[in-house]
Amino acid sequence: MNSSAASSAQTASPSGGVLLEVRGVAKRFGARDVLKDISLNIASGEFITLLGESGSGKTTLLRLVAGFEQPSAGEIWMSGERLDSLPPYKRRVNTVFQHYALFPHLSVRENVAYGLRVKKTSSSEIGGRVDEALRMVKMQEFANSRPSKLSGGQQQRVALARALVNRPLLLLLDEPLSALDANLRKQMQSELKALQRELGITFLFVTHDQEEAMALSDRIALLRNGALEQVASPREIYASPATAYTAQFIGQTNLLRGEIRGSIANCGVLRWPLDVPDSLAIFSLRPEAIRLCDGGVRQSNEVKFRASIRQQLYGGASELLEVDCGGGQLIRVRISARGPLSGELEFVFSISDAIRVQE
Amino acid sequence: MYSRAYKTLVSVPPLLWVGLFLLLPYALMFAHSFWAVQDQTIVHHWNFDNYLALFSKPVYLEVLLRSMRIAASVTLCSLLLGYPLAYYLSFHAGARKELLYQLVIVPLWVSYLVRGYAWKTILGSEGVLNGFLQYLHITHEPVAFLLYSPFAVVLVLTHIYTPFVFLPIYASLEHIPRPLVEASQDLGASSAQTFLRVVLPLSIPGLLAGATFAFVLSLGDFLAPLLVGGASGTMIANVVQSLFGAAYDWPLGAAISVCILILIVSLLFLTERLEKRWSFK
Repeated sequence: MNSSAASSAQTASPSGGVLLEVRGVAKRFGARDVLKDISLNIASGEFITLLGESGSGKTTLLRLVAGFEQPSAGEIWMSGERLDSLPPYKRRVNTVFQHYALFPHLSVRENVAYGLRVKKTSSSEIGGRVDEALRMVKMQEFANSRPSKLSGGQQQRVALARALVNRPLLLLLDEPLSALDANLRKQMQSELKALQRELGITFLFVTHDQEEAMALSDRIALLRNGALEQVASPREIYASPATAYTAQFIGQTNLLRGEIRGSIANCGVLRWPLDVPDSLAIFSLRPEAIRLCDGGVRQSNEVKFRASIRQQLYGGASELLEVDCGGGQLIRVRISARGPLSGELEFVFSISDAIRVQE
Repeated sequence: MYSRAYKTLVSVPPLLWVGLFLLLPYALMFAHSFWAVQDQTIVHHWNFDNYLALFSKPVYLEVLLRSMRIAASVTLCSLLLGYPLAYYLSFHAGARKELLYQLVIVPLWVSYLVRGYAWKTILGSEGVLNGFLQYLHITHEPVAFLLYSPFAVVLVLTHIYTPFVFLPIYASLEHIPRPLVEASQDLGASSAQTFLRVVLPLSIPGLLAGATFAFVLSLGDFLAPLLVGGASGTMIANVVQSLFGAAYDWPLGAAISVCILILIVSLLFLTERLEKRWSFK
């Protein structure tokens, strides 16, 4: 992990005090290091997403916070209390499971009441809080149904109500939307976000879907092979990816590999002035940072190049071009839709949009 | 679509088997229970006397009640042994699970008769257990009730049927999705609460199936009371056997058999209803 990612991992978002502190946590399963030295602070009221490919360790980290696994090294603290030595049922943390894990032998109402009932809450209070939770997720009319009679989206809502009714300090969500179809997913995303804003509960959300992470999160913690790659707000992580991996994982990008020599960056046929010491370098250049050059005067802070159109993928509002700027160097360019293009054209981008990233 | 010849080929042999070796014997037994014995031969005089005898002579009812008590005790004992065993294997045995499972199954490969005789050796007045108790000076003379008693029958039958109780319970525990257990803990339930509120209710079908196995198989058992039961441990199957054998009163034996059959079929019907009630997808 490079230094900028490490520093942002330590700084929590300024919206509230630190709720959860993960300090140097590692997890080994046999000979496999699933998590390596993770440190992460989560602010109270924050919506933070653990993003990563399958096998990156994101679910393991969530399970460590929930208490289903014990860390091999490191500590987890919540509100000044050591969390990792407590059994799951003593943590003020609740989980929305990936496949909901609703109790099949209990009705929707009994499922939602479960947490309150095992904590011996008075039945009058249980009634009120369960009704409130069901109303919050718009499931009052299904209160007496069995989970097996509900659709995936409805089960999802019940799972959410069942967790939230306990008023946890931290809600863990393990890929809760992955089993839903695309439309329902979008709808649930916005409902989830609204619910989090309204309740002010801290959400720790796990997903492998970078678009979902971008849309929902205050901050994204990107995991790669059990280590934190970068922790930052969606805008920051997209605009200033620290590493080539981050740049490629979050959105689309062109990775330009080359070298800096004599204050000139050389990346194949593309070159521009850059006043840094000589070294090898990788730059991330987002497709939308490149535009068609309409014959204007070239600014000093811009790079112009000629390239031939290889492919044009129409995408409604925008289209993605794959262009060859000579020597087989392929660049992707996103422009607003403007009809079929062909032949050799001139493109331009700002030097400041070529973000230098680490390997 | 399957051809007519194929359908005939696969359906006729099993139907024939069921007809010849199940339905026909049942019909014969049913008919016999309404016949009579005169001068050492069975005569086809239709009557209800056998059933009347059954309910008017206390000896038969007494043996039937004792058999049910023994079967209930066996069921209870094998549940008390089989459920914790299945629970431990399914939830806590970890890497030892396969080995322990095989160890539970192994006794099923040993002949019932061998196991019965083994208990006879252990429990008898010259047996291993009595020898041991006297060696330790806990008792000074052989403890008599160990062998030839209802206790011995319950012990042997529990030993024999515990694996049958274990298997369906283990299967139903294995079918409980583990995230449900985690969800319960996550919602604040302790291990005991999780067991009582999630694991136990979801294993009821297996528990019922196991209990039914133990009860039905024990109720009709013939060998254990013969080997270790003595006079006080006689069960209903022994009575039926003697009526069909030495006593040569097939009609009365058939009447008792019909009663047991009705009892068992109603029990199976009831537990199946209960199992359905407690099955969840």
